[in-house]
Amino acid sequence: MTLESDVSVSLGEFTLQASLSARDGEVVALVGPNGSGKSTLLRALAGLAPMTGSVRVDGQDLAGAAPEHRNVGWVPQNAALFPHLSAQDNVAFGVGGRRGRDTARQWLRRLGIEDLAGRKPAQLSGGQGQKVALARALARRPRLLLLDEPLSALDVSARVDVRRALRTHLADYDGVTVLVTHDAVDAIAFADRVVALEAGRVVQDAPPAELTRAPRTTWLAQLMGANAFLGQVSGATLLVEGGGSLALAEPVAGPAPALGVVPAHAVSLHREQPRGSARNAWQVVVRDVVPAGARMRVQCDGQPGVVAEVTPESVTDLRLRDGEQVWASVKATEVTLVLL
Amino acid sequence: MSSRTPVSMTAAAAVGACLLALPLLGVLVRAPWSDLGPLLTSHDTLTALRLSLECSLGALAISLVLGVPLAWLLARRDFAGKGVLRALVTVPLVLPPVVGGVALLLAFGRRGLVPLHLAFTTWGAMAAEAFVAMPFLVLTVEGAIASLDDRYEHVAATLGSSPLSTFRRVTLPLVMPGVAAGAALAWARALGEFGATITFAGNLPGQTQTLPLDVYTTLDRDPDAAVALSLVLLVLSAAVLVALRDRWRVSGR
Repeated sequence: MTLESDVSVSLGEFTLQASLSARDGEVVALVGPNGSGKSTLLRALAGLAPMTGSVRVDGQDLAGAAPEHRNVGWVPQNAALFPHLSAQDNVAFGVGGRRGRDTARQWLRRLGIEDLAGRKPAQLSGGQGQKVALARALARRPRLLLLDEPLSALDVSARVDVRRALRTHLADYDGVTVLVTHDAVDAIAFADRVVALEAGRVVQDAPPAELTRAPRTTWLAQLMGANAFLGQVSGATLLVEGGGSLALAEPVAGPAPALGVVPAHAVSLHREQPRGSARNAWQVVVRDVVPAGARMRVQCDGQPGVVAEVTPESVTDLRLRDGEQVWASVKATEVTLVLL
Repeated sequence: MSSRTPVSMTAAAAVGACLLALPLLGVLVRAPWSDLGPLLTSHDTLTALRLSLECSLGALAISLVLGVPLAWLLARRDFAGKGVLRALVTVPLVLPPVVGGVALLLAFGRRGLVPLHLAFTTWGAMAAEAFVAMPFLVLTVEGAIASLDDRYEHVAATLGSSPLSTFRRVTLPLVMPGVAAGAALAWARALGEFGATITFAGNLPGQTQTLPLDVYTTLDRDPDAAVALSLVLLVLSAAVLVALRDRWRVSGR
């Protein structure tokens, strides 16, 4: 299934004008500051906001169709489970009849929460509620899955749990997924492409790796200026693909493929080999120094290569220039691990 | 931290409380407690009571069937003239009931705009009660729907549910406490309705003479019976109040 959309929404002073397209099975992360129009774009795609333009799914324009005729799965912030229905009835809501109950059971089982089928939303934790909401949206086999910050309201352990569930089920899902997120980790971990909105306009549309390397706006640099190290985790070490390794704060049962995400501002650069608490230190070569708002982004080659965000004063003090050899360091606690 | 309470305020409040409480106390003190049984089981009383229940429950049914959709429209849809419609719904709350009765005669009387021949019939009493009671239901339910997070309805739509089905499966169950509160208020108002009923439907025993009309008619002839009937109405009102105490807490989230 493919999505090609060109959406205009006017809400008083605010106007949203965004094109969004995606191929079969592709996951698009939608990022942007508050009020940039991310949720509005999702609502327009779902048919819940008055819009002009087109929403083509597999070539068929849905722009004029009522939401109930679009078969689009929408998971709003905080899940919005029907409070008067059990988890199972929530999931069965869009399927209906006897088949609905079986389908709901099946989905709850897949997400590992079948034992919660009879519970009301008020008796579910945030993470469990998100899983039920995800099951409710997926149970209808929607052509388009729209997730509005599915992890933002969760605590850290629930986030890890739901993130894993999302990864598993988004990988199985053959429709297009659009995921609004505030978290670079999610954009990097889930998305094939990241679309950045600011003030109702698309400012960048690129694969996550390109966004982390070359974010086009200051806001994006701060959000997405992160390093993503793909590799194999084993115990408390991540062996990075292409050479090098990172020490982790907590051991993981492995070996397993994983992604270590380190924000650029958490990478320190040094002239000499550092002797601090940072567990990871390695030699790198400066390749490029570019301004990003009030800070400087320093791209370095090495094993692994890394992007650091430092102040202009540090650039001067450390004499950071292309080809210069320096040390990079990262505290183990700054590495967010995402199991793949 | 405590601030001084002005004596004049306290005094005015006390007089105000007395103004509200003394009449009720009067009914309780002067009620013919020993003769209550025979007074309340007399044929005339039972007829009026039965008629009152029929008419007020009929008025409640009309209010629910017509008022809940009205409340939903006001809370959830934008359309031209919505302000006018809301004002229209509020009119019976402030209109003297007698004027309501006259207006009903001009609308649905023998020579009314829509000659339904409702005047001076039991149906007419029911219509008069619905006219004054429905606003309570509409405004209460509208408030409940307006304060309901509209994402529930939006999610239902994305799950393939038509607007009508969404109303039935999602909106209505979630605003039930508000509907119950509005229904209780509307029923209490219908039960006590006097002015519009007597003007539009008359005061015909067995046909349009409901309890309040019976009280008014009996007061000259048999004051004890009138007080006994008043007591019945007072108890019913108090029961509604008690029933509503918890509802208000739920719908007032």
